[in-house]
Amino acid sequence: MIHISKRKEMPLWQSLSIRLAAIVVALIVCGIITTTMTGLNPLEVYASMVKGAFGSPRKVWILLQELALLLCVSVALTPAFRMRFWNLGGEGQILVGCLASAACMIAIGDKLPNPLLIFIMLLWSLAAGALWAVIPAYFKARWNTNETLFTLMMNYVATQLVAYFVIVWEVPKGSGNIGIINQTTEAGWFAQIAGNKYLLNILLVAALTVAMYIYLNYSKHGYEISVVGESVNTARYVGIKVERVILRTLLLSGAICGFAGLLLVAGTNHTLTTTLAGGRGFTAVMVTWLAKFNPLVMIASSLLLVFMGNGAAEISTAFALNQSFGDILTGIILFFIIGSEFFITYKLSFSSHDKQTNQATLATTAMKEA
Amino acid sequence: MNFDDAQLNRRQFLTLGISGATSLALAACAGSSNTDGGNSESSASSANATAAGTKIGLICLHDENSPYDLNFINCFKEAASNLGIADSDAMIKTNIPEGQECYDAAADFADAGCSVIFADSFGHEDYMIQAAKEFPEVHFCHATGTKAHTEGLDNYHNAFASIYEGRFLAGVAAGLKLQEMIDAGQISADAAKIGYVGAYTYAEVVSGYTSFYLGARHIVPEATMDVTFTGSWYDETAEKEGATKLINGGCVLISQHADSMGAPTACENANIPNVSYNGSTVNACPNTFIISSRINWVPYYEYAVNQAKTGGSIEADWTGTIDTGSVMLTDINEKVAAAGTMEKIEEVKAQLLDGSLHVYDTSSFSVDGKNLDSYMADVDTDPAYEADTEVIADGYFHESEYRSAPYFDLQIDGINLLDTAF
Repeated sequence: MIHISKRKEMPLWQSLSIRLAAIVVALIVCGIITTTMTGLNPLEVYASMVKGAFGSPRKVWILLQELALLLCVSVALTPAFRMRFWNLGGEGQILVGCLASAACMIAIGDKLPNPLLIFIMLLWSLAAGALWAVIPAYFKARWNTNETLFTLMMNYVATQLVAYFVIVWEVPKGSGNIGIINQTTEAGWFAQIAGNKYLLNILLVAALTVAMYIYLNYSKHGYEISVVGESVNTARYVGIKVERVILRTLLLSGAICGFAGLLLVAGTNHTLTTTLAGGRGFTAVMVTWLAKFNPLVMIASSLLLVFMGNGAAEISTAFALNQSFGDILTGIILFFIIGSEFFITYKLSFSSHDKQTNQATLATTAMKEA
Repeated sequence: MNFDDAQLNRRQFLTLGISGATSLALAACAGSSNTDGGNSESSASSANATAAGTKIGLICLHDENSPYDLNFINCFKEAASNLGIADSDAMIKTNIPEGQECYDAAADFADAGCSVIFADSFGHEDYMIQAAKEFPEVHFCHATGTKAHTEGLDNYHNAFASIYEGRFLAGVAAGLKLQEMIDAGQISADAAKIGYVGAYTYAEVVSGYTSFYLGARHIVPEATMDVTFTGSWYDETAEKEGATKLINGGCVLISQHADSMGAPTACENANIPNVSYNGSTVNACPNTFIISSRINWVPYYEYAVNQAKTGGSIEADWTGTIDTGSVMLTDINEKVAAAGTMEKIEEVKAQLLDGSLHVYDTSSFSVDGKNLDSYMADVDTDPAYEADTEVIADGYFHESEYRSAPYFDLQIDGINLLDTAF
């Protein structure tokens, strides 16, 4: 008989070593696949992944900047996820944030001093992101609609909205391309700190991450979110206004996604396209899950994903392999890392019967809870 | 958006077989080097092989699963090998979006010591300019862009080819096919309607479908054309649906200016002849593919690298022609093409070369029933689309002379735009 039983808290060193073992096994499997499918030396492939992510100061800055953007979106989704509100609309909330920022840059870019312009862009992008999240939240709070589908559908609305405005603002007409907005005046662009294009984005997200950690763990709001996430009925029983918590939390979640949109438009890309969010709204779901909704751990999980993304791109350049091959390796590594969580949460015992019976019953209960 | 990308990847995965076949076909036509590319290649490979040690980079919007990008990748590799540049010094970055990633990729190439950096997609332009300003010692060459001649940077350049001539010749092949159908009694002359799937409504596409149509009308004066737009350079589903819509609307021959296999596949399924673009699709569409025009970037890549190597300057706008070997037609599919197509194409090509025939001869087309003797085109890109340059002289529209990228954007009579949303 194999019994699956839920573990008690595992010491940190033990859970870390299980994760490390998972990565080692994943690398071995990737190595076998690399050699059999491409005939390349897997160690060289891994070395080029590391080189692709950390190979030069510029590559490190790009990595940090990508990390900051993914982390920002992950931090945005976290309060909703802690409340067991599955906000899959990050992509759309980012895009409307981008749209709002770009609209300000185009409409009033040459009329206001830059700090004021950026402040207005900030307000509008926060408002736009918040609006995009609070619509499904209202329907959830009021009529208990399915938030997963609703937020997902809002993504498509946002994409079409952006597609429409791309055609309104395109240069030249009919090209479907806006290009860099205010390339000569740099109106609405974030300032460079110490001559670095990406440092400001990174600092802002770092501050945001710490603030979110404090908000979730040490504030009354954060506590309410956790209670609603554990049990709506308990929350009602202790007098928490559940609807209000849902609306408030999603306003926050959406606003931070909108803020990520501002970073994308004012901080880095200075343009508007339908692909600007780059799938971060979905990748961030994985980041938050891997980090068990802890904003500080998310720094590590988003670093992992960004590292593998940049590394995969480098493989395709260095070895003339299709980028899909890098994605296959990334997929295998993620599979093992996520799989290892099972062994951290549960314990397998291969005994015949007797003393485990009690634990097995416990396990069944645990499975139901999970 | 992620979901689109995910679908794209799945589709790409599903069509991997087809794309693989396409790449083989492309490799085959690159190998046999067709009818008009031979001279450039021989001259290039003998004159060069001096650029060894030079590093060059290519930035692509998609990867080799897109026929458009595959054409650039193949040309880039061929040029590198002609120039004696090692594989490891001819670097390619694929799947680079039209955003800051393009700047990052270009800057990363510059860090790696590349002396010439190429990009293949229209939306890469502003980011290439941004990188060009930061790395004055590196040349940045952008295909299909429009801003080099107004930007005033010594190290930023645009390139294109007079592909309207290639499309005109492909249109001649289409016209001969229509004529064959008319002669066989399959259709009446006034039912000779062509369908065209375009990406966007701007000059690059307008110039393309108009020259193709004029080529067909050179043979069948009664021919008309319906055009539909997808609003994307690469959307296999939309391109397939667009072609199917045109076929259902009575079009008896299809061509396209978009980058996926959508339209050729729809044609093969419906058994409607297809004139392709970017490369031969004969392996995936053996019963419907006639011919394809494509831009051969090898001459430009060799020119730019040689200039950079010798410290010479690169033209702000470089327009490849039939003469330079930049405008090419793939091998013809004898099974589908009308008899005598090759001979007729050679004849018309000779006329284009000696100047006795112009694609946009103002006597061969009208706008709102009138022949034009003057037209101000928007050659210098600006947000107001301000018309700034007189482009009609000596009885024809001077395309790709005042800048390399096309600026022919007239809506001529005989072409019916089904939608103009994009």
